[in-house]
Amino acid sequence: MAGLMAGFGHYTHAVVRGVPASLAAEALRMTDAEVDLSKAQREHEAYVEVLRTKLGLEVVELPADESLPDCVFVEDAAVVCGDTALITRPGAESRRRETELMKGALKDLNLNLVEMTDENATLDGGDVLFTGREFFVGLSKRTNQRGAEILADAFKDYAVSTVPVLEGLHLKSFCSMGGPGLIVIGSSEPAQKTLKIMQQMSDHRYDKLTVPDDLAANCIYMNLPNKGHVLLHCTPEQYPESAKVFDKLKDHMLIPVCNKEKVKVDGALTCCSVLINKKANI
Amino acid sequence: MTTEVGSETEVKEKAEESAAQPDQSEKAEEETEEIANAEGEEKEKEKEKEKDGKEGKGISRYLPTWLKKQKSLSQTSPTKEVPATEEAVNKVTQDEEGPTPEVNGHAEEVEEKEAEKSEQVTEKEAESHSNASADTEPAKEEKVEESPKKSPEEAKETTEGEGAEEQKKEQEGEAEGVEEGEGEGQASIFQSPLRLVRKTKMKLVVCQVSLLDGTDFTCEVEKRAKGQYLFFKVCEHLNLLEKDYFGLTYTDSHEQKCWLDPTKEIKRQIRSNNWQFAFNVKFYPPDPSLLTEDITRYLLCLQLREDVASGRLPCSFVTHALLGSYTLQAEFGDYEPDQPRPLDYVSQRTFAPNQNKEMEEKILELHKSHRGMTPAQADTQFLENAKKLSMYGVDLHHAKDSEGVDIMLGVCANGLLVYKDRLRINRFAWPKILKISYKRNNFYIKIRPGETEQFESTVGFKLQNHRSAKRLWKVCVENHSFFRLNAPEPPPKARFLTLGSKFRYSGRTQAQTRVASSLIDRPAPNFERTSSKRISRSLDGAPMISITEAGRDTAENGRELHSDSKDHDKTQDEVLKHQASISQLKRSFMEAPPPSPPQPNQWEKRLTSSPATTIRVQQQQVVSEPQTEAAAAADNAISDTKEPAKTTEVEIEETVVVQEVSKAPKPGLVTVTISSPPEEHTREQEVKVGEEVEVAVEAKAVKQESVSSESESEEEAEYHPNVSVSFSNTQIPEEKEEEEEVEQEKKEEEKTSEQDTSAPDAPALPVEVSQPVETTIREGEEDTGAEKKNAEEEQGGVTEESTDDPMLTPEEAPNGLTLPEESVTMTAEAEEEPKMNGEASLVEAEPRPQVICCSEPPVVKTEMVTISDTFAAQKTEIATKEVPIVHTETKTITYEAAQLDGNGDGEPGVLMTAQTITSESLCTTTTTHITKTLKGGLSETRIEKRIVITGDCDIDHDEALAQAIKEAKEQHPDMSVTRVVVHKETELAEEED
Repeated sequence: MAGLMAGFGHYTHAVVRGVPASLAAEALRMTDAEVDLSKAQREHEAYVEVLRTKLGLEVVELPADESLPDCVFVEDAAVVCGDTALITRPGAESRRRETELMKGALKDLNLNLVEMTDENATLDGGDVLFTGREFFVGLSKRTNQRGAEILADAFKDYAVSTVPVLEGLHLKSFCSMGGPGLIVIGSSEPAQKTLKIMQQMSDHRYDKLTVPDDLAANCIYMNLPNKGHVLLHCTPEQYPESAKVFDKLKDHMLIPVCNKEKVKVDGALTCCSVLINKKANI
Repeated sequence: MTTEVGSETEVKEKAEESAAQPDQSEKAEEETEEIANAEGEEKEKEKEKEKDGKEGKGISRYLPTWLKKQKSLSQTSPTKEVPATEEAVNKVTQDEEGPTPEVNGHAEEVEEKEAEKSEQVTEKEAESHSNASADTEPAKEEKVEESPKKSPEEAKETTEGEGAEEQKKEQEGEAEGVEEGEGEGQASIFQSPLRLVRKTKMKLVVCQVSLLDGTDFTCEVEKRAKGQYLFFKVCEHLNLLEKDYFGLTYTDSHEQKCWLDPTKEIKRQIRSNNWQFAFNVKFYPPDPSLLTEDITRYLLCLQLREDVASGRLPCSFVTHALLGSYTLQAEFGDYEPDQPRPLDYVSQRTFAPNQNKEMEEKILELHKSHRGMTPAQADTQFLENAKKLSMYGVDLHHAKDSEGVDIMLGVCANGLLVYKDRLRINRFAWPKILKISYKRNNFYIKIRPGETEQFESTVGFKLQNHRSAKRLWKVCVENHSFFRLNAPEPPPKARFLTLGSKFRYSGRTQAQTRVASSLIDRPAPNFERTSSKRISRSLDGAPMISITEAGRDTAENGRELHSDSKDHDKTQDEVLKHQASISQLKRSFMEAPPPSPPQPNQWEKRLTSSPATTIRVQQQQVVSEPQTEAAAAADNAISDTKEPAKTTEVEIEETVVVQEVSKAPKPGLVTVTISSPPEEHTREQEVKVGEEVEVAVEAKAVKQESVSSESESEEEAEYHPNVSVSFSNTQIPEEKEEEEEVEQEKKEEEKTSEQDTSAPDAPALPVEVSQPVETTIREGEEDTGAEKKNAEEEQGGVTEESTDDPMLTPEEAPNGLTLPEESVTMTAEAEEEPKMNGEASLVEAEPRPQVICCSEPPVVKTEMVTISDTFAAQKTEIATKEVPIVHTETKTITYEAAQLDGNGDGEPGVLMTAQTITSESLCTTTTTHITKTLKGGLSETRIEKRIVITGDCDIDHDEALAQAIKEAKEQHPDMSVTRVVVHKETELAEEED
C-alpha cells in the first residue's frame, strides 16, 4: 500500500453483473416508468465495454440472476476501499441475496472481507460517498444508522459522517466525486442542503461542481495510468444542460455514457460497477 | 549529601536542580535525606518504592529526609536557609509553626500526617508570610519540618517497611496530606503554623514522570513548584526544544487523566501526594513535517505508537501494518534477512490492540520494503500516514446529547466533533463557535448563526459530572487557543477569590511555537530511539475511556446531586438574595475602583450557586474517609463516596460561609476587611479566622449564602473562542498581578456584562430566549459598558479524613472598570492566616463547622442574572435540545453578554467569562464570582469567593478560613475584604449514595 489515502481514483478492476430479464418488470423503481429490456441490456453492454476496452480495467462480470431483478446494480452490494471490502446488507429485502455472488467475486480478488451481519443494519452502496479522505453515508430509505456504524468500523482510517438523504433514492442519486476534492452535486434544494451538511461535517475543503440535473450529478471518476483524470458522465441527449457543465472540465478525459433505460429503475452510472484497486504490491 | 547519597543520589540531584533556586532549602533537604539514608533500610525501601511505584519513589525520598530531619531537625533546620519568602508577604507567626514541626519530627504517623498538613499549610503561610519574621529560626524549622512532614508521610510508609502498606499509606497520606495540606493543614497550621511557615519552598518533592519511551524520569521539585517547572525539567531531560506540543498529565483522584496546568502549583492540582506524571503530546501538530527537529517528531511518533497500540487512535489492519513497519524501520533499521526468527521480535511488541500473526507477517513484509530508510525518514513516513487518520489528534470525551443519547465529543485542531458510536454526526469548527462554557456537568457551545439564521444558537451536552465538563471545557479552550490564536489570551485572574475558572491556555500557540521553532539553531541533537516495548501501558491506553467511565459513575451521582443543588440554589428567595447582594456588590464595585482582573472578560465567570462546589466538597469528604480506612480502597470508594458526600453537603448545612466583601465605593482600592471567622472549629486553632484581610479589593466580595446554595461556580466557566485576544503576557507566574492587569484591560475592553447566578437573573430569565438577553447585554454594555464577570467558587470538597481539606471557594468578581488602580486582587487565603486578617468581622465560626464557605463578594449577580437568562433562552430556543437542562440552574449560569459588539474591543468572541477556579488541591472548594461592572467609566469589580470546606470534625475550619482569607488577600492585594460570612453546616458527612 502506498500509504493512507493515496491514489484516489486509481482502479484496476471492476465488478459488474448482467441485466436479468426480470429487471424490466420487477426491478424496484420510484416511478412507473416502463423499461425496454433490450435497450437496457445494450446500454449496459456499452457501459461494460467502456470499462474494459476504453479504460483497460480488468472486468469481472457476474451472471445475472433472474430472481434478483436489481442485481445489475452491484454497487449496492459492496463497498470497496483499499484492500477492504464491506459486503452490505441492502435495504430492500428483495436484494439481500445479491451479495452472495459479489462476496465470492471479491474474495477471489483477495480483498479483506467484512460482512454486515447485523440484522438491524441496512446499507446500500449507493448511499456511500467516498471522497478520498473520508466517507459520507446517506441515511435514506435503504440505509440506516447501524449500517453506517458498521461501515465506519470496517474503514477505521477514515472519518465516516452521516448525512440525511432528503430526496431521491440514494445519496449518490444527486452527487458523486468528479475528481480529487471535487464533488459534483445536483442543483435541487435537497441536494444543495445535503452538500452544505457535508461541508460542515468535513475537516477538508471540497470544490463543488453543480449540475442542473440531480441525476446527472452521478458520474464516475477515475485516475488511470496513461489516461489521467477520467470522467464517465451523462450524455448530452439525456441531460443537455448538465453535459455542458461537464464539458467545462478541461483536465478530464470525458466519456459520455448512456444510462437512459437503467435510470428508469433508479440506476445511475455508479450503480453498475464496483471499482477496485488491486495494486501490484500489497 | 553525605555518605548515603548513593541511593538517593538521583533524588538529591534532582533536588539540587530544583534547588537551584532555593539552594539552601534544598541542601538542607538533601542533608536530611542523607541523614535519612543513614537509615539504610528505610532508604532502601524508599528506593525500592521509587523503582516500583511512582508514588513510592517520591515518598520514599522524602521519608529519609524526614527521618533525618527528625533526628537532626535542629541541625538541619539551621543549615537550611529558608527561601520561603518568595512570594509570601504575610507574616507568619513563628511560634505557631515551631511547635508543629517538632511534632512532625517525632515521626508519628498520625502526627506526621497532621504535620504534613500543617506543613502544607505552613508552606502556604510561609509563602505568604515568609518574608516577614518567618525567615528566622522558625522559618528554617518550618522548612525542614515541611520537607520532613511531607516525607514523613512517605517515611511513615517506608518506615513501616512494608512496601504495599507503605504505598497505600503513602497514597493515603498523600491524599490526606494534600487535601489536608490545604484544608486540614490549616488547622494544624494554626497549631503549628509557625513551624511550617515560610520556607515552604524548602521542601522538595520527588516527582516521577513517565516518558513516552516507557522510562521514568525522576526529579525533585519544590513542593510549591508550579507545573511549568516540572515540565521544563522534563523537557530539559529530553533535550526537547519544541515543547509546546507537549504537556504533563496526572491522574486525579477520580482516575481521570488531567493536564497539569503549568501556571499553577503542582501540589494544588494533583490533590494527592501522588506526584506521578506522564509526559504526553498535548497538541498533535496537524502537519508534523513542519516540526523543526527530528527529536520532536520522534517523541510524537512515540505518542502515536502508543495511541495506535492502545486503540485510542483507531486504524485499519493495513494501516496498523504500515505504521508498524515504519516503527520497525525506525527502531531496528533495515530488515535483517538473516534473522533466524524474524517474527519473534515483531510479536514481542505491540503494534495494535488486536494484533495477530497475520498482521505481524504483514508488518515484516512491509518492513522489508523500507530498506535504506533512515530512522528519521521512517518516523516521517509514520507521521505522514498517522496524521491522515481521522481520529488523529482528536481528544474524545464521553457525553450525552440533549436527549440523553450517548455521544462522544472530540476536540481537535479544527474544532469540536460530535460522534455517535463511530459515526461523526456533527462538527463545529472553531470559527463557528462563539462561546464555550460549562456549568455543572453541562457543556455548552454557542454557535454563530448561519447564513440564513438570525440568531445564535447554543448547543448543550451533558457530561458525566462537573469535573468532566470542566475538563472538556479546558481542553477546548486550550485547543482553540493553541491552534487558532496568534497569541494566547490573558488568563482571568486571581486564584482565590475568583471562583470562575480563570483558566486559559498559557503556553505558546502553534503560530508562536512555529516561529520559535524556526529560530532553533543547534545541531540536531543525538537521541537514541528505543524499542517500542511498552506500548501498551495501561495508563496510556486507557486514559480516555477508563477515565471517562470512571467519571461517569461519579458524574451520575454528581448529576443527581447537582439537580438537588440546583433546586436549592435556585430557590427564588435565594436567588433574590443573591441578586440583592449582587446589586450591592455592583454598587460597591461601581464605586470602587475596578479590580484588575481583565481575564474575566474572556472568561465569563459565573457566580454559580454553588451546587458544584458543594458536590466537590462532599466528594472530597467522602474520599478522605475511605482513605482513612484504607488508602487502597480509597479510590474506588472515593468516587462513590464523593457523590454521596455531595448530596450530603447539600443537605447538611453546617457550613461556614465566610463572605469577604470588598466594597470599593470609590474607584480606588477599597480595603475590605475580611473577617475570618473560623473560630473554634476544629481544634487547636481558634485563630479563627477573624482575620481582617485588608486586602483592598476593588471588587466587593459578595458572600453567598453558601449554606443552601451550593456553589457550582467552579463548575461554570465560559470562553469565547473567537475573541481576538490581546496577548496576555505571562499569566503564569504571577497570576494575581497579571490577572489584575488583564482584568483592567478587559474591563476596558470588554463591556460585556456577565451574569452569574444572582437572584435577579435566576428568577426572570433563566429560560428565556437568548436573543433578548443578548440585546439586554448589549444595552448594558453600551450603557454601562461594564463587564461583569462572576466567578463563583463554591464549596470545596472536604475530605473528612484528610480532615482539613476545606474546599475554599473564593468568589472573585473582578470588575475592571474605571479605576485602573483599583484593580484589586483579593487574595483570600484560607490556609493559615486567620490571624492575619484577624478581624473576623463577619466570620462566624462554629466549633465544628465542617464546611466552611467563604463567599466573597458576589458582585456580579444581578448582571449575571440577565446573562443567564439569555443563555438559557438561547439554549431553549435554539438548541431545542440542549438548553433545557441548563435552565433550572438559574444561579449558576454566568453568562457573558458577551462579546457584545459595542463593548468588546476586538474581542468578538471574547469572554465574559465567569471562571470558576477550583482549588482542587485540598478538600477545599473555592468558588469565585467576579463581577465587573463598567459604568460611566467606573469599573467595579466584586469578587465573591465561596469556600466550602468539607471535612470531618477534625478539620480545623478556622484554619481553613484563615487560609482562604489569606489566599484571597494574596491574590487580590488591591482589594479589600469587606465581608466574611461563615455558614456552618453540619452534615452527616457520611451521606453516601
